Amino acid sequence: MTTPGQTVGPFFGYALPYAGGEQLVDRSHPDAIRLHGTVLDGAGDPVPDALLEIWQADGAGRVSREPGSLHRDGYTFTGWGRAASDRTGTYSFTTVRPGATEPGHAPFIALTVLARGLLDRLFTRVYLPGQDFAADPLLSALPRERAETLCAATDPEGLRFDVVLQGERETVFLNHD
Amino acid sequence: MSDAATQSEISAEIDALAGRGGAQPKLDYPPYRSSLLRHPTKDPQHADPETIERAVPVFGHRDVDPLEADLTIQHRGEPIGERIVVTGRVTDAAGKPVREQLVEVWQANASGRYIHKRDQHPAPIDPNFTGVGRCLTDQDGWYRFTTIKPGPYPWRNHTNAWRPAHIHFSLFGNQFTERLITQMYFPGDPLFGLDPIFCSITDQRARERLIARYDHELTVPEWSTGYRWDIVLGGREQTLTEAE
Repeated sequence: MTTPGQTVGPFFGYALPYAGGEQLVDRSHPDAIRLHGTVLDGAGDPVPDALLEIWQADGAGRVSREPGSLHRDGYTFTGWGRAASDRTGTYSFTTVRPGATEPGHAPFIALTVLARGLLDRLFTRVYLPGQDFAADPLLSALPRERAETLCAATDPEGLRFDVVLQGERETVFLNHD
Repeated sequence: MSDAATQSEISAEIDALAGRGGAQPKLDYPPYRSSLLRHPTKDPQHADPETIERAVPVFGHRDVDPLEADLTIQHRGEPIGERIVVTGRVTDAAGKPVREQLVEVWQANASGRYIHKRDQHPAPIDPNFTGVGRCLTDQDGWYRFTTIKPGPYPWRNHTNAWRPAHIHFSLFGNQFTERLITQMYFPGDPLFGLDPIFCSITDQRARERLIARYDHELTVPEWSTGYRWDIVLGGREQTLTEAE
């Protein structure tokens, strides 16, 4: 009797994003990196009305049990953040590189994607660059070019990860059931 | 893509797809025109959830003020419209309550207008109603909002397209993988069968789970009517009747 999903629609902008949502750590944090990219549709056009949420372990692979994501105190790492794409389809988080939560598996940031036109939320993972695909159960289960859609690229500010909703370079989306 | 499809053309498309999906919305659902370029074309990849995905972000009283659950007291005056209470219980698929977890809602006002700069519907803005609320579920998974019954509103999916009245809900479960964004509807709405977003859940019994029930026990004398809507998260392993 699971409750079905529905699209987030076009009018979430005044309701869900909030000040500080994209800042899991302060920019001055010694390990702060930027995780950013563009959300693209099947025509390769940017999606200006998407909402992305990330959930991740800290740098040591610990899962935070701390509240405070909606009113950040600037010190507590809650592991969760939310960012809307802007009119150019880009999003940006300030966070840290996660540690692996499972020994030997590749570390990743869990990502939820919502958008107008998308009838249900999508789950995916943002893996750090330079992983050993063979050692990870998900990356090794995918053809190489599909696994690569889950890997962020290094850029001068940190990590770049585009979300491609549809098409040849479509991001791998996950089913956890 | 035809922006000028008529309701009868859209209704014919809806009819042709009836029962072709499962108990969740069909992501590839052309009657909802905005989905055409935004639905994945490849099957989702199964991944066993790892530790982080079996956990869930924690929200607490630092995040949410109890007053945020009352959408009718956010301004100087009383909003216009039918005051309602919407309440229910959030559980996971095993029936375990989702305790002390964040519930967010947003909605149009009584005349069907959102406080959003891109809402062009020429219906009045209510200066006493923003239409955004939050609460934490209690120890037994209950949430409760006081608000105004939203109005239906036109949109540009096709000519003369109208959305049934709804309240958007955002929910977290007992695991990250139970995250849900959905919409709650009101009983007896004449627009249900015409709406491609509601009908994208092609299993009729499944989509009826999005319709709240009027509950006179929740109606407060001389104050507000009451609706009950329970939410079950996770457990999506669908017995797919998909004919594709």
